[in-house]
Amino acid sequence: MTYLYYPGCSLKGTGRGYEESLLAVFDALQLPWAEVKDWNCCGATAYMAVDEVKAFTLAARNLAIAREQGGETAQVIAPCSACYLVLCKAQHVIHDAPEIGARITDALGAAQLTYGPRVQVRHPLDVLINDVGTERLAAAATAPLRGRRVACYYGCQMVRPYATFDDQYAPTSMDRVLRAMGAETVDWPLKTRCCGGTLTGTIEDVGLRLNYILLREAKKRGADAIATACPLCQFNLECYQDKISAVYGASRLPVLYFSQFMGMALGLSEARLGIQRNFVPLAAAV
Amino acid sequence: MSDGQMPRKITYEADLDPHFAEEIAASARGEQLFQCIQCGTCGGACPVSPYMDLTPRRIIAMTRAGYKAEVLKSHTIWLCASCYACTVACPKAVRITDVMYALKQRAIRDGVYPKRFPVPVLAREFFQGVLTTGRNNELPLLIKMYLKTNIFKMLGQAVMGLRLFLTGRIGLKQERIAARRGEKGDLRTIMAAVDRGAPAKGGPSQ
Repeated sequence: MTYLYYPGCSLKGTGRGYEESLLAVFDALQLPWAEVKDWNCCGATAYMAVDEVKAFTLAARNLAIAREQGGETAQVIAPCSACYLVLCKAQHVIHDAPEIGARITDALGAAQLTYGPRVQVRHPLDVLINDVGTERLAAAATAPLRGRRVACYYGCQMVRPYATFDDQYAPTSMDRVLRAMGAETVDWPLKTRCCGGTLTGTIEDVGLRLNYILLREAKKRGADAIATACPLCQFNLECYQDKISAVYGASRLPVLYFSQFMGMALGLSEARLGIQRNFVPLAAAV
Repeated sequence: MSDGQMPRKITYEADLDPHFAEEIAASARGEQLFQCIQCGTCGGACPVSPYMDLTPRRIIAMTRAGYKAEVLKSHTIWLCASCYACTVACPKAVRITDVMYALKQRAIRDGVYPKRFPVPVLAREFFQGVLTTGRNNELPLLIKMYLKTNIFKMLGQAVMGLRLFLTGRIGLKQERIAARRGEKGDLRTIMAAVDRGAPAKGGPSQ
């Protein structure tokens, strides 16, 4: 079975390091994958504020293409938290609100696409924990992350409200994966507190404060780096550190995708994992 | 005030919109709005409630009571970052995040959101961009938002923009889907069909 990789817009842009490292990890673990053909924007948070049915239609187009590409029970891998949420939400709404569902499936039919109600939307952490398992991960870790203390940041939309593979408030999948790779993970109660999403770009002072709290708390808990699973979380926590330091005092903490940490433990080069794209060098952690 | 006019400090029942609550509940795909017990768990769970002019609990109470104008012009609905903390915490299963979305859609439809406020501007520009190319292009989206809100803020982002460019995290290449007009999977055909399937205007849901 081939996993159908749905990148979403951010993994081709600001989140390129996530794509590079995740696909390198999939290859290293011999997990077969193929990109969803001619995928479009998932329907995203901002879109839902304007026209919800169109947002779900955008999501459904991707699921219809996945069905055609990978069969009725194709498995779509959505690494971006916002994409994961929107694809899951569209499935719920199409199922629970038949009049909206009919409108969307009819519209897809107008462009010769057939919606796939049984296509499964999965997060890569779900695949790593449940399909691969921590034992196999630990065995594959040829360069374990000894001595690294990581705060695993799940953010909001990956676990709330639709995820079934982990807890909505106290998820552990990323902690288990990185521990299998030899890292130590710190106990960090803010792991699902929101980074503010696009608020850093729209109402900057509100966004900066939310991220300052996350960084400060991670440091207080003894972390020397943060691991994220969302391109927007990574962007906010890392790229705004200079601005956060200017307002709240100096603060430096490397913020990597969990897949970049995994790739390091699997012995892959930093260039292959896109680590050189990060603003805060990893050396700052140690 | 010198001409003897004195603005009224309380709202009369005649000022309220008796249909507002039902319209929002229908648009949010649920009647749970009416199950709210006003416990305030939503505001406690919310990471941005300290900045809100009306707390989520008050938004729900005022929506139910028909305070349409006050609710739709509040900053609260645009501060909501859609983290769903309130939705999963609510003891009565009110889908508060979806209520916020329904209010945002209504404010945009009625054109009553706060002017030059970046969040609704970003949402509308995002919507237009994706309708055109099928994908979001981060750089043009942000430039349009700053042009339409506060162009000087763009200067404050110049250093970050340059670093993103140098690390290959933003580019000038326009991402777009391949399906062309009339072809299989064409987005314009799909969206036109969605519009044709929409319920008649003035109905409870969009």
